[in-house]
Amino acid sequence: MDNLVYLYAAYTVIWLIVFAYIYYLSRRQRALQREIEVLKRRLEEH
Amino acid sequence: MNSMFSPQRIGKQITGSQWLTLLNLAAAVAMLAALYAVFVYAPTERVMGQVQRIFYFHIPSAWVGFLAFFVAFLGGMGYLLRRRRTLDILMTASLEIGVLFSTMVLLSGSLWARPIWNTWWTWDPRLTATLVMWVFYVGVLLLRSFVNEEDMKARYTAVLSIIGFVNVPIVFMAIRWWRTIHPVLFGSQGMSLEPPMVWALLIALLAFTLLYACILLYRMRLECLEDEVDMLRRALEARELP
Repeated sequence: MDNLVYLYAAYTVIWLIVFAYIYYLSRRQRALQREIEVLKRRLEEH
Repeated sequence: MNSMFSPQRIGKQITGSQWLTLLNLAAAVAMLAALYAVFVYAPTERVMGQVQRIFYFHIPSAWVGFLAFFVAFLGGMGYLLRRRRTLDILMTASLEIGVLFSTMVLLSGSLWARPIWNTWWTWDPRLTATLVMWVFYVGVLLLRSFVNEEDMKARYTAVLSIIGFVNVPIVFMAIRWWRTIHPVLFGSQGMSLEPPMVWALLIALLAFTLLYACILLYRMRLECLEDEVDMLRRALEARELP
């Protein structure tokens, strides 16, 4: 099997880490943009 | 404050920029090219076999880690000189990404070491130095999270980013200064790789560098958005006070 399982595992780990981080950034950005909209609306009401 | 280098301005420029879209596209194309080069173009290494292909992402991960810590070093120096929040944002974002890619180096290295050296880990100088570097920078990020005052947080991070950068040349030179089982890629007679392998590595290095640039900009944008939230909250509190 020529140690292929280690090759697959290494690439899986690398891509998982990269995509997990990008997903985290994306979710955090959406949450912050929602919060900004809410805060701007509240400021306008005042 | 909405000066040219304010976080709000930088955040808006990152968000609305055509350059970011082009950068994303370039990174995607380069990564696809890298995958082709790694799995199709590059020949199979005679001694280690297919598992040697981990090399083509292991080295670029290390390169991006070094680059990220260097950018954090520059950001730290810049912050101590100019005290601009934007430089703190650059420094923090780059530190975080540096830790991320250093984690990838350690994990991919371990997965490569197991079949080749018959061990997941050894206290080899290069590996040990990399682990020390990783622990140091994780510590910097943790320390930052415990400090509340913004300027103090940024100053501590800046000083530690500058000091911590000494780890990078130590990691790089460890295989030359001390006895090690870690292979030497750049020897006194050039690189010990066949030309197709060199090309695959260069394409992967380019792809990872572009990926770093994309992620850095997105991470910086996140910090700018957090600053905007803080500013709006303070404005709201000021309006709501009797």
